[in-house]
Amino acid sequence: MNAPVNQDLAQEVAAIPLDKIDVSDPRLYETDTWGPYFARLRREAPVHFCAESYFGPFWSVTKYKDIMQVDVSHQIYSSETSLGGITIRDREEKYQRPSFITMDPPRHDEHRKTVSPIVAPGNLAHLAGTIRERAAKILDELPRGETFDWVDRVSIELTTQMLATLFDFPFADRRKLTYWSDVATVDVNAGTAIDSEEKRDEVLQECLACFTELWNQRVNAEPRNDLLSMLAHGESTRNLTPKEFLGTVILLIVGGNDTTRNSISGGLLALSRNPAEYRKLRDDPARIIPTMVPEIIRYQSPIIHMRRTAIADAELGGQHIRKGDKVIMWYKSGNRDDEAIENPDAFIVDRARPRQHLSFGFGIHRCVGNRLAELQLTIMWEEIMKRFPTIEVVGEPVRLYSNFISGIKHLPVRIPA
Amino acid sequence: MPKVTYIEYNGTEHVVDVPVGTSVMRGAVDNNIPGIDADCGGECACATCHVYIEPEWFAKTGARSSQEESMLSFAAVTQDNSRLSCQIEMTAELDGLVLRMPEGQH
Repeated sequence: MNAPVNQDLAQEVAAIPLDKIDVSDPRLYETDTWGPYFARLRREAPVHFCAESYFGPFWSVTKYKDIMQVDVSHQIYSSETSLGGITIRDREEKYQRPSFITMDPPRHDEHRKTVSPIVAPGNLAHLAGTIRERAAKILDELPRGETFDWVDRVSIELTTQMLATLFDFPFADRRKLTYWSDVATVDVNAGTAIDSEEKRDEVLQECLACFTELWNQRVNAEPRNDLLSMLAHGESTRNLTPKEFLGTVILLIVGGNDTTRNSISGGLLALSRNPAEYRKLRDDPARIIPTMVPEIIRYQSPIIHMRRTAIADAELGGQHIRKGDKVIMWYKSGNRDDEAIENPDAFIVDRARPRQHLSFGFGIHRCVGNRLAELQLTIMWEEIMKRFPTIEVVGEPVRLYSNFISGIKHLPVRIPA
Repeated sequence: MPKVTYIEYNGTEHVVDVPVGTSVMRGAVDNNIPGIDADCGGECACATCHVYIEPEWFAKTGARSSQEESMLSFAAVTQDNSRLSCQIEMTAELDGLVLRMPEGQH
């Protein structure tokens, strides 16, 4: 069984005038109703202009190959902070926090190269043992025969422990990382305490103060193999301004946290909704896990969109993009494009060519931690299958109000006693 | 048909026929040779088909484009003889090409 098609919703979406379709509405992701909107855009207007939205006018790019084209054409489609960065929401200058994801070459290249060694193959092999140990401990401590929140006990715990390790952040305080990550990405209209950019900034200044203290310790010590030490000693990063430092820290926290967290939750949810796929996994975990992991990442598409700003006129999917236009690549949509991926709405754990998906982006900004993310998911599922043949999802997931992070806030589960 | 020898990081050799006009990446993927993932399918956009060309063959594979330089600069453990195999098109002249794969490109 795969995601049920809601006929009422499909009809409702079909009745909206094409130029009024607005896929930036965060409620579409909170209510998990985005599917028919993107299906219509891919069919009728693959590169679509939305003239009026809460986030201003923007182009939507919804098909796999057009997204790929934008992602690899960084000379035309800029990520630069001062032009608007990588999210659909524009930020006032005082709230802009540049980091290498919001830089174009050549600065992007220099900064990225400083931190990429931490996820190089040799270091990943070294991290694998730590991940397995921690995953085992987290799973061994889970209750049996009672309902608990998978997100809190497993998804957040594993990714946050990993992140604390990568930063060599004080382990007991690790949930601060989760909190700052959530604050950094929360939509100010989501109904949380962070209801303005000002309040977001107040909390992130605490994050900056904490990390500055750690930075000062690292810069005065011998270089070590953690992200902060690498930044403190890196030739292109040791003179970061406070704003750039905060931007980079947030990038690494969000990148290493939200995405993997939501894939851990989304994977279990997808398996529970597709019992035949869950059975395949149970029957032969060693064969299935290597293809299931990229399939989970595709199916969840943890980053819903990335934004670019055109710095030259360009043709895209038959449309004329003008210099200055805001261009949104909807990864979540491209990952459901049936011209690129066969039967894309189905969750198939042994899919052929499962790595062909857009969840990590492509081109020079492709996710630097993609292999670490896969490693964490792989080890997690190996350790789960050693212990629990079945984990039951016993209620509906609570999803995040956001058009950027495809988040699952709570997922009630039960492991049979 | 021209032959290419792909050598895995662990030393395992695979000798396969690769048709003229096909990319060296495609030759590996179509023959299920491990170590060349090619996540982007040949768009020069992911650097997961990174290989080291044996020195005597390097010049014959042509020059890297600026996009390839960019992507390679983020690949792990690059060397002077690094190329992205999706950017090398098979020719009769490349018959006998030998290349090696980097560590950990699963």
